[in-house]
Amino acid sequence: MEVLRVKVWRGAEQGAFQSFEVPRQASQTVLDVITHIQRHLDASLAYRFACRVGMCGSCAMTVNGVARWTCRTHVDTVVKDGALEVAPLGQLPVIRDLVTDMAPFFDKWARARGRFRGTRSRHDEFARIAPQDADRRQADAGIECIGCGVCYASCDLVAWNPDYLGPAALNRAWTLVCDARDGAQAERLSAVGGDAGCHACHTQMGCSERCPKKISPTAGIAGLKRALARAVLKGAL
Amino acid sequence: MSARGETILWLAQRASAAVLALCVMVHLVTIVFAVQGGLSAAEILGRTRGSVVGLVFYATFVIAAAVHAPIGLRATLGEWLGWRGASRDVALVLFAIGLAVLGLRAVAGVFGGAA
Amino acid sequence: MRRNELRARAHPAYGAFLVHRISGILLALFLPVHFWALSQSLQGAVQFDRFLSWTALPAVKFAEWGIVVLLAAHLAGGLRLLALEFLPWRDWQKGLAAAAAAVALAVGLAFALAL
Repeated sequence: MEVLRVKVWRGAEQGAFQSFEVPRQASQTVLDVITHIQRHLDASLAYRFACRVGMCGSCAMTVNGVARWTCRTHVDTVVKDGALEVAPLGQLPVIRDLVTDMAPFFDKWARARGRFRGTRSRHDEFARIAPQDADRRQADAGIECIGCGVCYASCDLVAWNPDYLGPAALNRAWTLVCDARDGAQAERLSAVGGDAGCHACHTQMGCSERCPKKISPTAGIAGLKRALARAVLKGAL
Repeated sequence: MSARGETILWLAQRASAAVLALCVMVHLVTIVFAVQGGLSAAEILGRTRGSVVGLVFYATFVIAAAVHAPIGLRATLGEWLGWRGASRDVALVLFAIGLAVLGLRAVAGVFGGAA
Repeated sequence: MRRNELRARAHPAYGAFLVHRISGILLALFLPVHFWALSQSLQGAVQFDRFLSWTALPAVKFAEWGIVVLLAAHLAGGLRLLALEFLPWRDWQKGLAAAAAAVALAVGLAFALAL
């Protein structure tokens, strides 16, 4: 039987890679490999997953040096010379083994005003926004984010500027900037500008390159830069 | 810096970039032609001295560069050397002024004076 | 906390970023020297000719060629950035990076041939 050599990070911030041998199978995903290790080789291995089908965004890890969702990454597409190296997601504190603390990531969504603020009550009419509306289409392009943190881990600017809100939070803010129903626009624009906001992005596009949902946060961040420029030129900021 | 301040810097960076894009293209074509067959002082200055078009073009070029370069360095110094805060910005304003003065002096030397 | 390493950075847009940043830093360092040398050499035709004969040295020629390539690379990378930030786009980002590289190469060759 063909065997896969797998190095898995053990420990927290300090730790080392531990080697395992896992039987190779057809259509095997990286998450299948990690699950095999935890169930059959070392029950103490900590990792995180939930849905297994690319919806929940909880199983992202660093596979052979690149951030990926492990549940929908086939071993075939990433294996190198029969070997895999699996580490926790980058740019986030490591709790144990393959589990990172996602709090800094989601705190930044809050700081970017990533929450919808409605302006109507249940007594009002529905807002009518045509499917072909330009803003709506831009929001649609960014709305499928599952919050996996792959973009955040792939962005060097997050490392170079620890306050930087990062691609996911800014992409979320952009979808709301494009939402005609939202009532927190001025406040959100102030929150996403500045050193730690969209102006920190230098279009390295690690986020767009690695997003498993094929979203381009870079495009949204560019949209935020233009929106802020318009606001400043109009004297609204 | 505030969202407003960063936005203004971003706008200045992009606007100067657009001006520079045009200037650099003209400048590159000019030097590729100018260096053909070697350079001599009399030849160059004979062509440039007293040229108002040249003076205005290169003065614009220098000012745009003096705006553009410090803003780019600002991000680089923060991200790669960890130099942020007021001291960085003061140093960069001085750098911008220095660039403008040196550049305009050179432009005046090449394009000013009698034809 | 793990930091990104080479494997995470190995994609075209990252390469375009590095070229843009490094060429930008070198140009920002070169500009004051360029302006100063130009001003110095403009003290008179003799000084200017002495300056020009210095630029005929092979090492200096090579450095000049390097600077022209840096300028062309920064220009092409800058046009790519302006397109990414101001034009609606989806899937042709990589094409832009390639086009930027091609423009820089073409200008470098043109200058090398003219020298």
